[in-house]
Formats: sequence, C-alpha cells, structure tokens
Amino acid sequence: MQVSDYLIFDEESGTYIEDPEQAVRDDVEKHHWLNVLRTVLKDWRLYLMLIPMILVFLFWRYFPMYELLGCFKMPDVIKSVAEQNYVGFSHFKTLIFGNAMSSISPEFWRAFRNTFLLSFYGLLFGFPTPIIVALFFNEIRSNIARSVLQVATYLPKFMSTVVMTSLIVMLVKAGGQMSGVGALSQMLEAIGAIDHETAMRGLLHMPQYFRAIYQISGIWEGAGYDSIVFFAAIIAISPTSYEAAQMDGAGKMAQMRYVVLPSILSTIVIMLITRIGSLLSIGYEKVILLYNTDTYQTGEVVSTFAIRYGVNSEGATGGGVSPGKGLASAAEMMNNVVGMLLVIGANTVARKASDVSLY
Amino acid sequence: MKRKLEISELVFKIISYTLLTMFAICCLYPFIYTISASISGYRAVQYSEVVLLPKDIQFEAFARMFNDNMFWNSYTNTLFLTFYGTIWELVLSILGAYALSKKRLLFRKGFNFFLVFTMWFSAGTVPQYLNYLDTQRVFGTVGITDDKWLVVIAMGMAAMNIILLRNSFEGVPSEIEEAAIVDGATEMQVLWRVYIPMSKSIIATVALFFGISRWNGYYWAKTMMKNANEHPLMVYIRNNLEKYQDPEQMAGWNENYAPDSLIYAMIICSIIPILIIYPFIQKYFAKGVNAGGVK
Repeated sequence: MQVSDYLIFDEESGTYIEDPEQAVRDDVEKHHWLNVLRTVLKDWRLYLMLIPMILVFLFWRYFPMYELLGCFKMPDVIKSVAEQNYVGFSHFKTLIFGNAMSSISPEFWRAFRNTFLLSFYGLLFGFPTPIIVALFFNEIRSNIARSVLQVATYLPKFMSTVVMTSLIVMLVKAGGQMSGVGALSQMLEAIGAIDHETAMRGLLHMPQYFRAIYQISGIWEGAGYDSIVFFAAIIAISPTSYEAAQMDGAGKMAQMRYVVLPSILSTIVIMLITRIGSLLSIGYEKVILLYNTDTYQTGEVVSTFAIRYGVNSEGATGGGVSPGKGLASAAEMMNNVVGMLLVIGANTVARKASDVSLY
Repeated sequence: MKRKLEISELVFKIISYTLLTMFAICCLYPFIYTISASISGYRAVQYSEVVLLPKDIQFEAFARMFNDNMFWNSYTNTLFLTFYGTIWELVLSILGAYALSKKRLLFRKGFNFFLVFTMWFSAGTVPQYLNYLDTQRVFGTVGITDDKWLVVIAMGMAAMNIILLRNSFEGVPSEIEEAAIVDGATEMQVLWRVYIPMSKSIIATVALFFGISRWNGYYWAKTMMKNANEHPLMVYIRNNLEKYQDPEQMAGWNENYAPDSLIYAMIICSIIPILIIYPFIQKYFAKGVNAGGVK
C-alpha cells in the first residue's frame, strides 16, 4: 500500500516526492462546488462505476444505522421509527441496571459475558493453533505429503455452518428408547472423557459443554486454513538463516526460538491485533444453530439475545408495551460500540508499534 | 554435538508428521462417516454402529430424498442465489474497487472510509431485519415480489473483499494503463483488457469467497423468505434436521433407514459442488489470503 496519497515515487531521483496533483485535488475539494462538478464531469465514467457499490452500502449498511434511533424510542408495531416517541436512555437503563418489572437485565449481562468469554477463549485457543500447524507444515519436506495434508486440513473451512452444526447435532445426539447416543459421544465415552449419563443426555443439552463444543469445532474448521498466512511467512525465511544457526550449534528448539519466531513475529502481531479487534463480533449463525433452551446459560450471546427479543417477537417479555425491539437494538448497539472501540484501539496500537495500519 | 542435533530434529519431524496426520484424519473422517452413515441401515445408524465403513447397505434414504420435490426446489434455489448473487457482488465490487484504486478520484479517502466503517461498526441484527422488511415492501411496490431477488441484491457485499480487489488494482503498473489510453482505450476497455486480466488470481479468490458465502447462507434467507418454496438448500437441511430430531417424528418411523441417514444424504449433496471445484480453486488460497492479510 502507498505510504500516503501525497507521496509518489519519483523515478528520476529514486525517492518519494510530494505528488503535485494531489495538492490540486485537495484544492478542488476544498474550494468550490463548481470545480468539484467540473472535475467529476470530466471523469464521469469513473464515478458511474462507483455509484452502484455506494448505493448498496448506503441502503443495506447505513440505512439500518438509522433504525438504531429505535434504541431511544418506544417501539410500536404500526409507527415507523421516526414517528415513535422518545424514551431517552430508558432502554439502556433497563438493560444495565434492570427494573422492577422485568428480568431482562441479568439476561443481558449473561449474554454479554458469554459473548466476551466465547471470543476470549477463541483468542486463547484458536489463535495459537494455526501458528503451531504452520510450524508443523514447515517440517514436512515432501511436497506431495504436504499438499495432501494441506488439502485435507483446509477443507472444513468451506463447509457451511449449517452442515457443520448438523453433523455436531447428530454426532452428539442424546440417547433414547429408540436410539443410541451419537457416534462422537460414544467415542468420548469409550475413552473416558465423559460418563454414560452425560452421553445419554446429549452434550448439546449440557450448558457446561457448550463452550468446548463451540471452540473445538471452530478450531477444526479454521486451524488448517488460518495457518496459510503463517506458513507463507515461514517459507519466506531464507535457508541460510537456518544454516547459520546450525553452524552455531542450535538444536531444533533453539532454531525455533532464534530463527523462526523472530521472522514471523510481525505477522503474528498483526494477526493478533486483528483478532483482538474482532473480539466481540461473535457470529450469531453458529450459535443459533448450536444452542437450545437448555444451553442459554452459556450459549446465548448478545446478537442471539437481540434476535430473540427483537426479531422473534414472541420473546418480547421486557415489561410494558412490547419494548423488545428497542431493548434488543440497544443491547446490540452497546456490544457493537465496544467492539468498534476495540478495533480502533487495536489499529492505533498496530500503527504505533509497527508502522502498519490494518485499514 | 552433531548427534544431538539430529535427534532433536528427528523427534520434531516425527511429532509434526504424527500430529498433522491426526489432524488431517480428523478433518476428513466426518466426511467419510457422513457417506457411510447415509447408506447404512436403520439399526446401524440409530445405535451408532457405523465406524468407518457402511453397514447393512441401503440406498433408500437417497431415493426418498431424490423423490422429494422440495429437495430439488431448494437445490435450484441455492444454484440461483449463488449464481446471481456472485455475479451481482463481483460486478459491483470490481467496478467500485477500480474506481477506488484511481488516485484521481475525488473524495477518495472519504469513499474508502465509507466502506471501512462498515467493517468496524454494524447496526446489528434488529435494525438489519427492520431494514430488510422495508426493502421487501419497497421491492413489492415496484413489482419484485420474489424474495430471491431480495436475498441476491440486499445481502452480501463485504467491504474486506472490495479492499482486497482495490489493493490488487493499485498494484497494476500505471505504464500499462497509460499505453492503453494512448492507443485509444476507454475506461471500460482499460478495466476489461488491462486490470482484470492482471488481477486474475485475486478476482478468482474473491469470487470464491462470494460464491461460498452465497452457497452456505442460512440465517437471513430463513428469516426473510416466508414461502417454503423459495428456501435454499441450507434452510431445507436445517428444517429437516429439526423435524427428524424430534422424538415425535420417530414414533411412527418404520423405514429401512434411520432419519439421520436422510440428513447425511442431504449433506453429501450440498457439499458435492464444493468438492468438485475445490481442487481447481485450491491454488489461489495462498495468494488471496496473503493479499487480504497484512497491508
């Protein structure tokens, strides 16, 4: 990516110089709408190409943000968001401090806690795994063996959430009169990881297993594919670095410590910051497909909480006249604002630490 | 000294091979199991007696699925959504990314921020739902009553992929473009003849991302499509799963195969197209991921 819009590479001097035309463009932008119009007309094809994309983002990414006004208004079935009455911050107050009429506040905090924990454990276990996988791939010198292993381990990434969760549902299904427990439960029982009673009740109906199932399936899905970027960084290391280390008598561990790790550190840092930035954006699809009333306690995240109260209207029990929609959007907005602050914070740290900005 | 070196390397190598092989088996096993379970008999599946190879082979689960009109319906719907959805997103993204990659574009930073902001902050599911309801109403008034078009047009478009394309277009040397312009090429011709051929692998990767996400899309299709005839394959699979996991459905079941076999059969049919294109697209991954990562 270019250093700045103001700098262009000057071939004569071989250095970056200030782009004289950028100053003209800034001038045009700053000064007069007529100048702007003239410049746009001259290049009208370019702007025509841009318009469809901008419209799609405007209609289906930015217009929903207007609906966020509903956070401050009394929901109404008939009235549009503009016509509803303001209620100030009462939805936020209800969510954070609770009120006498509803039990929604503990539910919101539970969802918020689950969102944080699911993404935090995802970071803790899901982040290092691809790096380790990439290190292992580097050890495999035979191209054929490596290709076969790569093809196999990348594959789960392309399975849909529905397929993956359907497999999980069937593989750990509860036992009954007419059927045995799922194949995976059976296996886990055989190696002593879970007891018979647990297997019979079905792992997806036990709150204490939800997070483990979520994380393990996530690692199964992504560890191979996510290792690509680290593997690319590792194979870029020059063989002479290893040779030099070997000459100095470095064993395998020492080579890892002093050659490989420093070389891929910048990639690791950047990927880590990206992960921290998306700490609160848990995909709702997988949770919706995996959780059930038995596992709300550990499975419900803020977005599924919002869907339950705002989209599936039968869940509107917040007290008063169906304040479900307002409460739900308020809950999700708080979550997303915190998420956005994390992204911006992570990006700022990245820029300060390594001169690379992610966006 | 030399001997110690060899041992540590050998041990690490053995560990790598073993663990990676185990991981690869874990990745492949569910697919093999799915195939076996879909053609195994009632008892074998119901009591999880299938380990690797099918037991009491039957093909009635497949037959029943193929005789179900809803299955073919949903398959056609998914093909429709994937085809038109990918084209729609790809065309808009390429045109937009091309414009954004040009330094002479006014308010370029502003437009970039307009895109990137959607990666930082999203309004959330409830406002999105209300927005889709409004869209449905507006589409209805202009005569598009089919919710397929709502899914194709309104859903999708990821800012990340557009930025990927933009970065790739920015990497095209300006001399080539200038040469084309001197030869009298228009803006469209420059894009079509110069930029697209030079960014083939990134475009392939982005098209792949679009296609896969369309093929696998579930939640919004389920929520916005009230008519079961319009449901794509993933919604069909999930609805069937919910139906057959219900013990009441099992009460009157006297088929040769277990209900789960039916679901396994559907899963196989849903992943076959991905498995077919997978070997061809696999070589593009590394490039795409690297271009998308660190910039």
